[in-house]
Amino acid sequence: MAALDVRNLRKAYGDQEVVAGLSFAVNSGTCFGLLGPNGAGKTTTLRLCLGLTAPAGGDITLNGHAIPAAAQLARARVGVVPQFDNLDPDFTCAENLLVFGRYFGMADSDIRRHIPQLLDFAGLAGKADARIATLSGGMKRRLTLARALINDPDIVFLDEPTTGLDPQARHLIWDRLKQLKSAGKTLILTTHFMDEAERLCDTLIVIDHGRKIAEGSPRALIAEYIEPQVVEVFDEARGQLTPFVERHRLLCERVETSGETAFFYCRDPRPLLAALAEAEGLRYVHRASNLEDVFIKLTGRELRD
Amino acid sequence: MHATLPAHRPSLTGFLPVWRRNFLVWRKLALPSILGNLADPLIYMLGLGYGLGAMLPSVDGQPYVAFLAAGTVCASTMNAATFEALYSAFSRMHVQKTWDAILNTPLGLADVVAGELFWAATKSLFSGAAILVVITAMGLTNGPLMLWALPAIVLTGLAFAALGLIWNALAPSYDFFMYYFTLFITPMTLISGVFFPTDQLPAWLAAIGGWLPLAQGVALVRPLLAGQMPADALMHIMALLATTGVAFAIALHLTRRRLLK
Repeated sequence: MAALDVRNLRKAYGDQEVVAGLSFAVNSGTCFGLLGPNGAGKTTTLRLCLGLTAPAGGDITLNGHAIPAAAQLARARVGVVPQFDNLDPDFTCAENLLVFGRYFGMADSDIRRHIPQLLDFAGLAGKADARIATLSGGMKRRLTLARALINDPDIVFLDEPTTGLDPQARHLIWDRLKQLKSAGKTLILTTHFMDEAERLCDTLIVIDHGRKIAEGSPRALIAEYIEPQVVEVFDEARGQLTPFVERHRLLCERVETSGETAFFYCRDPRPLLAALAEAEGLRYVHRASNLEDVFIKLTGRELRD
Repeated sequence: MHATLPAHRPSLTGFLPVWRRNFLVWRKLALPSILGNLADPLIYMLGLGYGLGAMLPSVDGQPYVAFLAAGTVCASTMNAATFEALYSAFSRMHVQKTWDAILNTPLGLADVVAGELFWAATKSLFSGAAILVVITAMGLTNGPLMLWALPAIVLTGLAFAALGLIWNALAPSYDFFMYYFTLFITPMTLISGVFFPTDQLPAWLAAIGGWLPLAQGVALVRPLLAGQMPADALMHIMALLATTGVAFAIALHLTRRRLLK
């Protein structure tokens, strides 16, 4: 059974359609990524799936329940890590978990029994009585994750779970999310970090302007949309890049220039690398193509605000 | 990680965990909160009651300070519920996003707003009861009938909590609440018989005042503190309950439009 099934979902604010006929399904026990530039409709889609706003059209089934009609019932088996931390600043870590468990109708004794293992899981052992104001950004994020697990959910929604965290904190969160997946939970996450999606997601969709523009596993998407090799060439001495690109454009399948950098997408980078070895005033990086290349190709390079 | 959860059924007790959350916060700061709620109205009551009272023979057949004591109980009840439903609820809804966090659980917006309603009424009960204790110790109440003032305080608190939650649902920022006090609370306090009998007012103004919820509370509490059964008690009780019900429905509708759009 699909943990989440979305069909032809629509939502408009005024005359602006923010979700415009979106369909996707998330298999139980997998990690699903919802990717897209700012304003693509990611957070609205999550809110619709949780029954926090009514769709203009379409069908949502979350954990077997029709949304929004049975949203409260469905949310009993769901955890949510919101984009912005909304921990209770007046409480300690343990009190945050206690109070949150009560919202699920759990008995205090039941909640208290699970607080130590949840804090342990979040790397917050010994912080039970710490006040929220004394926690670092990474700790708050982990406590929010622990809070989302208080009801032992089948499905966990994560809206940009690592935005604003340092690399150490991000790696710890990734590690915990992998553990949750191993434990059989379904993860549904939005992110701006393509490396995060590439590491965690079994399947993902890219949406823009409320529409799905690509779907697949990270590896399949890279194979489908992008040449396997990328050479990024940087102008060091000003004015060298444009002539180089003009001269060697045909050595690769595709070239994109953005400011002082040219991206050469190739199947065989050897002729280009040979040319670069002789070029003056240019620096370069040769790497395998990744999900970010796919994302940029699909959604363009211009800024989204 | 752990076992099954009780199956959730939308229920009449959904507000309870929300109420308990606010109670737990209050418990951490209970003493300063009670003292703060008590000091200001008592200073006014004693200052005006004895200062002004010395110049007055008696008001409505009782010493002015006793007359004012009943008004103070009701005004403090109103203020406590109003502050909680405006500033504190707004902090939780808009600043801390506590409501958003709760809405990700099986609870719905009706549970959250009802939790805030009952919590604000509870705060007003604490406030009104604290003043009741002090004025009883000062000998300004008469007989056990005054214990019935406690449910009257709760009803008054509920009405003002519900009214405050309407304004909360409309507020863009804290500054907006000033209008509520200037345009509604302060004028109402002056025409509801808190400081002086309303027969001192022009008849039309007294008539308006009589319809307002603060006057309903005063009409119940003042006789009870003096040891008498209030006249038209049922009508005042129904008026306060109706205000609560209608205002809560409007507040819930407006809050839904604000948060779940």
